[in-house]
Amino acid sequence: MKRIDRSEKVNVHFHQAKWNEPIIYELSTPGERGVLVNSPEEEVAKEVKGVDALPEGMKRSTKLNLPEMSQSRVLRHYARLAQQTLGADVNIEIGQGTCTVKYSPKVNDQLANLLREYHPLQDESTVQGILQVYYDTDKYMCEISGMDHFSFQPGGGSQGIMTMASVIRAYFKDKGEDRDEIITTIYSHPSDAAGPAVAGFKIIYLQPDPVTGVPTLEQLKAAAGPKTAGYIVANPEDTGVYNSHVKEFVDYIHSIGGLCAYDQANANGLLGVTRARDAGFDMCFFNLHKTFSTPHGCGGPACGATGVQKDLVKYLPAPLVGFDGKKYYLDYETVSNPCAVGKVREWLGVAPVVLKAYCWIRSLGPNGLYQVAKTAVLNNNYLFKKLMELPEVSAYYEDGNNQRVEQARYSLENLEKETGIGTLDIQRRMMDFGMHYWTSHHPFYLPEPMTLEPTETPSKKDIDEYIETLKYVFKEAHENPEIIKTAPHRSVTHQVDESGMDDIKTWALSWKTYLKKYTE
Amino acid sequence: MKKIGLIINPVAGMGGSVGLKGTDHVVEEALRRGAVPGSEKRAETALRELLPYKDELLICTGAGHMGGELAQRMGFRTEVLPVGTDTGAADAPVDTAVSADLKTPADADILAASAFCFATAGSDTIALGKRLLNEQADLLLFAGGDGTARDIYQAVGTELVCVGIPAGVKIHSPVYAKNPGAAGKLAAMWMSGWIKRYEEKEVLDIDEDAYRSGHINTALYGYLKIPAERALTQNRKAPTPLSDEAAIESIAYEVTDHMEPDVVYLVGAGTTTRGVMKKLGLPNTLIGVDVVENGKVLENDAYGERILSHIRGKRAKLILTVTGGQGFLFGRGNQQLTPEVIRTVGKENLIILATSSKLAELRGNPLLVDTGDDALNEELCGYYRVITGYKEYTVCRVAAG
Repeated sequence: MKRIDRSEKVNVHFHQAKWNEPIIYELSTPGERGVLVNSPEEEVAKEVKGVDALPEGMKRSTKLNLPEMSQSRVLRHYARLAQQTLGADVNIEIGQGTCTVKYSPKVNDQLANLLREYHPLQDESTVQGILQVYYDTDKYMCEISGMDHFSFQPGGGSQGIMTMASVIRAYFKDKGEDRDEIITTIYSHPSDAAGPAVAGFKIIYLQPDPVTGVPTLEQLKAAAGPKTAGYIVANPEDTGVYNSHVKEFVDYIHSIGGLCAYDQANANGLLGVTRARDAGFDMCFFNLHKTFSTPHGCGGPACGATGVQKDLVKYLPAPLVGFDGKKYYLDYETVSNPCAVGKVREWLGVAPVVLKAYCWIRSLGPNGLYQVAKTAVLNNNYLFKKLMELPEVSAYYEDGNNQRVEQARYSLENLEKETGIGTLDIQRRMMDFGMHYWTSHHPFYLPEPMTLEPTETPSKKDIDEYIETLKYVFKEAHENPEIIKTAPHRSVTHQVDESGMDDIKTWALSWKTYLKKYTE
Repeated sequence: MKKIGLIINPVAGMGGSVGLKGTDHVVEEALRRGAVPGSEKRAETALRELLPYKDELLICTGAGHMGGELAQRMGFRTEVLPVGTDTGAADAPVDTAVSADLKTPADADILAASAFCFATAGSDTIALGKRLLNEQADLLLFAGGDGTARDIYQAVGTELVCVGIPAGVKIHSPVYAKNPGAAGKLAAMWMSGWIKRYEEKEVLDIDEDAYRSGHINTALYGYLKIPAERALTQNRKAPTPLSDEAAIESIAYEVTDHMEPDVVYLVGAGTTTRGVMKKLGLPNTLIGVDVVENGKVLENDAYGERILSHIRGKRAKLILTVTGGQGFLFGRGNQQLTPEVIRTVGKENLIILATSSKLAELRGNPLLVDTGDDALNEELCGYYRVITGYKEYTVCRVAAG
């Protein structure tokens, strides 16, 4: 009997579970039940009118179409689907650059579970605890950013951006000025353009200088004018390059009467280092599900905590949370402002997410937050240095003055030229080793882009494993490119035919549409 | 003493200035329309960069306008190589096919021009290229377009290091430097040993007959070795992918939303500008300039003087796009937009369109103008808003190419 060999640096034996799991509606058996609900007791029935209490216009005319299944089949269904995902708890999450996928402490999940018993319509006096959590988290976010008040209503980063755009719109509406242009940059998150576009603004993009990777002030001046309402930008941008002249940009926009909004989605390397308000920004938002660990997950639950300086508080969505010295309360004062944003989401947003962020901040304290930033940057520096030693990897904007912050966008153009294997091929092959890998938003601004962000979570050993896996795949690209071209081989799905993405006729976003479009 | 081979295709670029999208097989028509040869002038710009080294160089070239006359005039030590092909090359008389057709007094000018633009065939270029290969030239400097590059490849393959001077209508091949001056600098850097690495770049060409009828069919014809100086060589042009269709439509909505009555719109070449004509429901010339006013076409495929006749004394705007991965606004496929046309329209009336993916290929490098008029190129420099979608713009710097 020998000890099991654990010397392999690369997880070559990974194989993901693959179930040919039907859509849950296809598993439905008429009459089958998971829970047999008792009839109401006589006393309850006397008190509650039930369906009869609903106005006629609100009653369904047809029976609700829900799958009918046993508990075990429901469990099996979702357990199988869970096995087919490659979540942060099972892989070394370095490959999701710009997503800041870090460890979410399980104790915070447990604490957040307590909120399941709460209802948003409960009287304020019965929810003083969670209101205090909101109030205190607001204060922490203000300290971290320099802003004066935060709303936790936006349900994600993009909604946070749209809320900032809505605040800008509200501000100029209040002033009676007709400004309809927002300036952003190519390497900011695409939602920095999409959010204001939804809010009705024209979008003006600034391009990166080919040497430094960030726009020039001269370019900003050419873009800005009397119609400029705001400047919405990420810094560092998705390349990991930080615009150290951002204050000059902000000052210029202010000089022509515009507002400045900071997309802090890439703030993981900035905690305790820089503050949005100190650079002159009028507002900012943080992804609690990224930087504050709550966690990041497939479209939600999330929170784009949006903060503003004091003059703009009156435009924030209502309600905010206040404290009168004795009790916490829902503050609806901004509702009285006809120019205010109003609401961007129901109730107070996603309360468990705010609670988890609160717990995370409290568990680390100010020094801990600063340590997070330092470790995230250290990890990224290490990864960057090791990867740049590989001939297959290069990076643009290496003029010696723009060290990456917490993430970096690389280029595999050398590999592609030599082997014909490009970044999209590598992305598919990395799935065969149980690892994520991200390229870039489209269109690819840099050739064969690869964007990685280690955060503070992985150990040096974890980072080394990721690097070794990349090296293994690069070696395959030279010696056996076919295996990469035909990858993935050990993942849930094989190569996805994306041709239907351009044809709306093929889309089925609901079971009802699926049945309508794809009859047997 | 180092040898530089020099081959000039004297008719390159002539078709473009008069709306013919190319010069292959249409020299006569180009002359009739008033085209003026320009490739020798471009070669001169390139050779100027080599003047500091002229005592160390021997230029081996063909007779007359294939290079010999220019090299000697500029004071280079020159060796003229005989090129014995059945087309006659440099000393050939006026093309009889041209002269037989020309009867009017104005035709005298055309005859004079055709004497300069003797009908060189690809075989002349190929024959001279082969001679230069035998002579073991250290570098082959050639002026022309994609067709010329194909001939060069046929002659020398990847045996000689080459530098292309852009002078043709079609410049799809990244074997050409961005402009004649850059070609000269690249050649100088190679000859002086500043650049030692070379790389093989594609020779691309399109079917000119299909091109004239609005189809861009790019094909790979070979490779040439060129000095590896990325900053000075062109990116390969990229065709618009299918997924850009929606972007083009979105751009068209933005443009047409802001079109004004009683303004003459010149709609330039390219698939992006074609989207505007499609949105207007008007017939379009893919590689040409269409003239539109009040929702109606005044003229399709107009050029030079014809365009001027439409816009003189009127408000006019020019809708144009960048040409693929090269980033040129003027000078690469839209020579119909002569300097006079551009000046008459005015810098402030340029409406520039580009899909985000086209701009992404430039990675923040400026859009380029090469109108053939240095003063105008300088005037056109600056920042512009490029329409990249509906209510969406990207600020781009324009520089002289």
